[in-house]
Amino acid sequence: MSDERTTPTAAPADERDILTELEAEVAESLAEEQAPPGGPAYQVVGALVALVIGLGGAALALGYGLGSLRKPGPGLWPFVVSVLIAALAVALLMVGRRLQDSEKFTRASVLPAVGVVTFLVLGALMPVIGFEIPSLLLCAVWLRFLGGESWRSTVVISVATVAAFYLLFLYGLRIPLPHLI
Amino acid sequence: MDVNAFLDGFGIVTQPHNLLYCLIGVVIGMLIGVLPGLGPAATIAILLPITYNIDPVSAIIMLAGIYYGAQYGGTITSVLLRLPGEASSVVTVFDGFALAKQGKAGTALGIAAIGSFVGATISIIGLTLLAPLIAGFALDFGPPEYAALALLGVLLVATIGNGHMLKALIAAAVGLLLATVGRDTFSGAERFTFGSLQLADGIDFVVVAMGLFGVGEILYNLEERHGKAHVPAKVANIWPSRADLKQSSGAIGRGSLIGFVLGVLPGGGAVMSSLAAYATEKRIAKDPSRFGRGAIEGVASPETANNAAATSSFIPLLTIGIPANASMAMLFGALLILGITPGPQLVDERPDLFWGVINSMYIGNLILLLLSIPLVGIFVRILRVRPAILAPITALITILGVYTINNSIFDIFVMIFFGVVGYLMKKAGFEPGPMVLAFVLGSIVESSTRRSLLIFDGDPTGFFTRPISGTILALFVVVALWPVVKHLLRRRTPAATADTSAPDREDADITV
Repeated sequence: MSDERTTPTAAPADERDILTELEAEVAESLAEEQAPPGGPAYQVVGALVALVIGLGGAALALGYGLGSLRKPGPGLWPFVVSVLIAALAVALLMVGRRLQDSEKFTRASVLPAVGVVTFLVLGALMPVIGFEIPSLLLCAVWLRFLGGESWRSTVVISVATVAAFYLLFLYGLRIPLPHLI
Repeated sequence: MDVNAFLDGFGIVTQPHNLLYCLIGVVIGMLIGVLPGLGPAATIAILLPITYNIDPVSAIIMLAGIYYGAQYGGTITSVLLRLPGEASSVVTVFDGFALAKQGKAGTALGIAAIGSFVGATISIIGLTLLAPLIAGFALDFGPPEYAALALLGVLLVATIGNGHMLKALIAAAVGLLLATVGRDTFSGAERFTFGSLQLADGIDFVVVAMGLFGVGEILYNLEERHGKAHVPAKVANIWPSRADLKQSSGAIGRGSLIGFVLGVLPGGGAVMSSLAAYATEKRIAKDPSRFGRGAIEGVASPETANNAAATSSFIPLLTIGIPANASMAMLFGALLILGITPGPQLVDERPDLFWGVINSMYIGNLILLLLSIPLVGIFVRILRVRPAILAPITALITILGVYTINNSIFDIFVMIFFGVVGYLMKKAGFEPGPMVLAFVLGSIVESSTRRSLLIFDGDPTGFFTRPISGTILALFVVVALWPVVKHLLRRRTPAATADTSAPDREDADITV
């Protein structure tokens, strides 16, 4: 029974070793598919963004009024949290420069950027001309340009998808999406 | 345990519409488990808007089904393609793929399915028996206990989870800060709204979760995807032989226990338990060298353990209202949307929901067993669908879905914003999981802390002098300082420097 209940934290040394080995093996098999790490600049930027959030949050929270421990003001909790963020960010700046867990932006990173643009266009056009045409456009861009499908399957799949959503939302769920037809 | 309420729970589950939602949930779970890309947390996030439109019990039954269903599906790609569908099936790859190469893919899948079913069922029985007891114990918890518990939950998820601990803690703290956006419930003062009316009500949890998990992962996959479908190995002879069953029965038993115990711990979850179960089998095996070369126990134990863990991670959610991992945070959020605060009172106040969800798992697992043994061929065929075709469909579900919550275009843009944040976080090595978890717990931590301070008349030592909150906070300190202590110890004994820290341990749910 005792064997069965051992957790890795309480395990004897030899099990720990197997676990460590396994984790390394797992990390390796995952790493095969990952983009190369981004290097120190990525780490520093990440930590600096966190630092800015922490300092900005703390400054704003001060303005909301800290109150006292007996009568905490609206700013006390956000202030404490912001200071914590800033402190952790400083710690990360000091120890985290050489971490390998970031991923380099590559030429493939253009794809998500285009994806975001299609999202924004859909959001902007939907209240104006309904969801059908922008959705068709989104599908077409994603299938043809981001996914590399043929024109034929692009047209078939986009039309079928939008038609299915039309039926599902407007008739199936009776949700009043802004629509053209 | 209230036997009548338990039996009534079965009455609720067997209502046709609940059975249907259970079926839909586990099938979706199985599908996203098979398809590498979206993980269960992201899928639940994307489907959260549905909870506004259907009955609460059905909604939770369905969303829960997605989570445990994904554990079954993840096995299939591990065995057939050497490509884990879910992070918790990564170790299955070693022996599963080796078996597939020897033409025994069917056996591996069959044993994994049976192990999954046994592990999950043992775990549900444990859940059925233990959950009401824990809830009864937690009924005495006051604001200080809740504050301490929620903080410990956030910390555990950040430390045990994926990635560098400092980064996870930063993400969690930013989540806590995000939760303060909007009108302060105590004083009515507006915080971080920058004069925006839409922000005054706070940021909707669903919108944040759909952005960080849903859109974030969709964008990330867009970049990672290689655009080709995989052609899986042929699967034949799915029914394992009696000898195989006999050989793996011990592994299944041990896997169930390991999974159940580790699943209860916040941050433990499916991934860690599958690793621990595999390691245990390898350690006690007469001939450890068989592992990695097609040992059937190497498939049976991690697959059993990850299902047992997925089930038992419902215990902290349903009994004390603390989500143990990102998927549970999604369910927590879904319950909040439905006007139900998960906590110890749940079992008494909403026995229909409590027992309905637990008992739906008995049935859901039966359905999954059927799906993964006789019907496995269908799911294998789904592997041939090109990811490029699914991407725009998930994108549209997400964007139209978020609109339907409040009929708000503003929400779409907030979601896109958090989607970009989630994507950039992944690029910079920050996991969005702890952030979402902290965000959902944020208002509880803040209001419990402030209420406690009022109770203690401004004296923060009160947290430490109450026995339960004191114990929890002592644990908190131990967990927080453990890495530092370990670091110091390692410095002292250079012999042990063979890097045992392994900073990128995988966490429960976000797929890789």
